[in-house]
Parts: sequence; structure tokens; C-alpha cells
Amino acid sequence: MAKMQQLVEAAVASNPDGLIVSFTDEDALGRIVQKATNNGIPVITINSGGDVARKYGARLHVGQSEYEAGKQAAERMQEMGVKKAVCVNHEQGNQGLDQRCDGFLKGFDGNAEQLATTYDPTAIRNAVVAYLNEHKDVRGILTLGTLAAEPMLQAMREQGATDMFTLATFDLSPGILQALEKGDMDFAIDQQQYLQGYLPVMFLDQYAKHGLLPAGDVPTGPGFVTQENAAQVIKLSQQGIR
Amino acid sequence: MQSNTSSKPAPHSSEKPDERIQRVPFWKKALSRPELGALAGTVLVLAFFIVAASGTGMFTPAGIVNFLEVAAQLGIIATAAALLMIGGEFDLSIGSMIGLAGILIAIPAVEYGWPLWAAILLAFSCAGLVGWINGNLVNKTGLPSFIVTLGFLFILRGLAIGISRLLTGRTQIGGIHEHMQGDWFAALFSGEVATGLFSWMAAQGWIATNFAGNPLVTGIPVSIVWWLGLTAVATWVLLCTPYGNWIFASGGDANAARNSGVPVRRVKISLFMFTAFSATIFACLQVMDTGSADTIRGLLKELEAIIAVVIGGALLTGGYGSAIGAALGALIFGLVQMGIFYTGVNTDWFQVFLGVMLLVAVLFNNFMRKKAMEAK
Repeated sequence: MAKMQQLVEAAVASNPDGLIVSFTDEDALGRIVQKATNNGIPVITINSGGDVARKYGARLHVGQSEYEAGKQAAERMQEMGVKKAVCVNHEQGNQGLDQRCDGFLKGFDGNAEQLATTYDPTAIRNAVVAYLNEHKDVRGILTLGTLAAEPMLQAMREQGATDMFTLATFDLSPGILQALEKGDMDFAIDQQQYLQGYLPVMFLDQYAKHGLLPAGDVPTGPGFVTQENAAQVIKLSQQGIR
Repeated sequence: MQSNTSSKPAPHSSEKPDERIQRVPFWKKALSRPELGALAGTVLVLAFFIVAASGTGMFTPAGIVNFLEVAAQLGIIATAAALLMIGGEFDLSIGSMIGLAGILIAIPAVEYGWPLWAAILLAFSCAGLVGWINGNLVNKTGLPSFIVTLGFLFILRGLAIGISRLLTGRTQIGGIHEHMQGDWFAALFSGEVATGLFSWMAAQGWIATNFAGNPLVTGIPVSIVWWLGLTAVATWVLLCTPYGNWIFASGGDANAARNSGVPVRRVKISLFMFTAFSATIFACLQVMDTGSADTIRGLLKELEAIIAVVIGGALLTGGYGSAIGAALGALIFGLVQMGIFYTGVNTDWFQVFLGVMLLVAVLFNNFMRKKAMEAK
């Protein structure tokens, strides 16, 4: 984080026409973003920190509200008939993951729990199995990233239980896309990071040339990937677009 | 055993003719073994969970396999870490070696179509090289292994990320299951043993079914067999071979050992190579099991291994410890890590719970060991 702080500071000092920054840590980057906006440099934040970036003069945020995405995942699961669910958090203390999980729990309104684990795939898989054996009424499982999704999928496949549960995850990987295509997994939430890189550059270009800028934040996600569009996403991901 | 009992201060009793040839009763010998404390700690932790997780599935066959599997993977690296620590050195690069070995197996197999056995051999060769470099650097420079291997903690993790980003553009490589068919070498690291026995037991109605309606246990994961096998071999080497004595001597007093003709340098290099190999075994098991490799695998495992070894009664300063103790340390770790899910404790407190339980286990070990020493 200190390294990123230095890099952003250096970028601001070079007095650019605009600054695009991933606002991952308010305490570390807030002061620098404030300095940039004080010097008349338009700032667009991407990926994370959308809820606080404006305090420091950022013009707009391009990204996904993690909390909102978690909530929508919960709503989607409930529409699919899930009454009780669990959210597997493999890195507690990571703000983005915690917000995803909080949103999910909120969306389930007391009928979902958080299962905190470590990074280790075997520990994640065995924790999921242990949890399900103790909570037999849980029918929906959400993982917060690819790291946890694959061990969870493995546990389900070993038990031949993929159809029994509604399985969802944040983020995409080749393994997850395959599982979606086969119908083992029900949906994945994509924050459409390609747009997070592409749009702010377009916006700043327009702003520099004509003074044009969208008035509000741009939510790039949640984009839902399901069995229907998995094949298309696989093709695009090979080109690096998704 | 010989080097252990001789390093203990013998009881002072002036009436006896010569204390050195005095026969020590079996129970006293047993009480002075380093793994005694770990055994007591294991009993304590087991007792805690038998009470706290009563009525849950923790001590059903499935629950047992569940935590044994977690213990087994840690136990494999803890065994090697124990031998190295008895030999007086640390290896902090174990965790990163796990990540790198996984990548070295996955990329040649998935991206370049190597047969898996060749990719696994490549990983083992690289591990051997890393261990050899670690050992030689420690020997030649005389720097603490703590610092040398800390350097490799970063280097190996960085190599794992760098190599996989360079060759594939990703940090996670999947699709290994497709390459495993018919590969005899990969089969050593995957699947379960005694599946026939377990399906027979299920047919007899001795094993319950799980949430998905399958028999709770279908076999013993191969990682558990590796764990028990490595622990047995390491114990035999430590207690019954000259090489085992060399390890104790190198860790106890390297200079004295060298002066009495122990090849201390070679012993240390071989121990560093063994820790790197054990990390590669860990990586093989996990890669074959999950079907994917990830550069983040093995994060913090070096510390978990050291914790397991210390819970197992080894001294951080070297010269004292046991492989069985390390196995018990790993068992305690696995019990606690999986046990929390049965106790109903909110998992927000997971790490507090883990830390407190480990600390209690170590304190209790220490207490029991002191009592045992006094008992003489």
C-alpha cells in the first residue's frame, strides 16, 4: 500500500490531464487524491472505494458496489427458491469481500450465515462439507472469489450434489465458466473489469477535449453470468475482454 | 533414542555405583520423550471438542477423515520441518515452495502437454535444487537460516507469480484432472485407499450417509497415508540410524559434532532438500486433489509447520524434538481448525479461537513436560 501511495503521489506530481486510480484505501490515498483535485486534476476512481471517493473531490466512480452486488446475489438466489444460504469468506478483513458478504446476508434478512475460512483449498473444501453436514437446511452457497469457488465446486462434485444446491460465486475463472456451462454452478457475478479500464479513459478523453463528463457514478456490475451466456463469455475471456 | 536419553541430565544419587550404566525404567524413559507433552495436548484438545462438539458430526467417520485430511497435509511438511529444526535450522521458504511446485507441475502439463509424471519430476528436481541452494548458502555464509530462507520465501513466491503470469497470463491454472488419467505417478498423490473396505462397511449399515445421501466416508484420502508413512520413516531415521544421530548432533552442537566426525554440512543440506521435497509432496497432493494450481497456495504454511513442530515438543534452538511430536502437533492444528465449525462459534472469531487453542495446547505441553522431568 505504501508503494502504491508513492506511485500515485508521483503520478500527481507529474501534473497530468486526468487521474484514474483504484481507491483501495481511504486513509492511504485520500490525501493524495485531495491534492490532485485541489490542483485541478480531474480524478476518476475505479474498482473500489466508490462510496468514499467523492469526499476527496473525485468526479465519479466506475465500478461495482460490492455491497449492492452481494444483495442482488441474495435476491437472485431467493428467486431460485433458496430459503437458507451460506457465504464462504476466505479472507476476512478484506473490505471488498466483507462488503460482498454483508450485502448477501442483508439480502437474506437473517436466513444466511457467514463461514470464515483460510486461503487453503483443502481447508475451504472440508469446512464447506463440515458446515453442510451440521446445517442440513442450507441450500444456497455463495463464494466470494475464484479461490474459494473451486474447492466448493469440488466438494459438491465429489458428493454428486451440484443439483441439490444453488451455487454462486463472485468473479470468473476458466474452471468457473466451465462449471456454469455444464450447469454445475448456477450463476457467477462479474464486475466487468474491462469496462472499468475502458470507460474512465474515454470519459477523461472527452473531458479534456470538450469538458464533457457523466454526472453520476457508473456501476459496471454486477453482471450475471449463467448457463445461457457462459459460452459467449468463455470466447470473450480468451480475448481478455471478460 | 540413544542421543536423546544421553542428553537428559541424569538423576543425582550418590548411593548408586555409576549412574551412566543404571537401568532406566520404561515409564521414566517414556516420560522424558519430547512427544509426551504433545500427546497430553492432543488429549486435552480432543477432550475439549468431545465436550464442545458433542452431538455433532465431528467424531463420525466423515468428521474424522475431514479433520485428519487437513492435519495430514500440514503433517507432511511438519515432519520435514521437525527434522530440520532438530538439525538446528529453519526453513521459511516451505510455503512459497508449495506455490512454486504447484505451478511447475501445472504449467508443463496443461500448457505444454507434458505427461504429468514428467512435470512432477521437474517440480521435484527444482525443489531439490532450491533445498541444495538453501543449505549451501547457510553453510557457506554462516548466516542464520531464518534470514536466508526468508529471502527464498519472497524469491520462490515471486517466481511462482512471475513464471505463471509470463507463460499463461494468469495466476491460477486449472484443468489438471484431465491429464491424470492413466498416469501411474500422479496416482500416487491422488484418490483414496481402502475404498472397498469402506463401501463394504456402508453396505453393512455401519457408516451413516451425509447431506447428499452418500456414504459419509468412501475411503482414506491418500494424503493421510503419506503423512503416516513419512512420520514413520522419519521416526525410524531419527531413532534407529546413524544419520538420525548426526541430525541430533548437528543441531545440539555443530562444532562438537564436526570435531567428532559428523558431516554437519552434508546433513544440513540434505535436511533442507527434504523440506523442499516435502513441500513438493504437499503441492502434488493438493494439485491432484483440487485439479488446479494457484500461486497463492501454501501461504503461511511455513509458520503452521513450525507451530506444529513446536507443539510437538521440539526446541527452537535445535538438538531436541521428534517426528511423532510433529505429527501430533499437526493433528492438534487440524482438530482445532476444523473443530470450530462444529462448536457453533461465530466464524468471525475463527483466528482468535485457533490462536487461543494452540497457545493452550503449547502451555499444557510445557507444563506436562516439566512435571515429567520433575518426576524423576
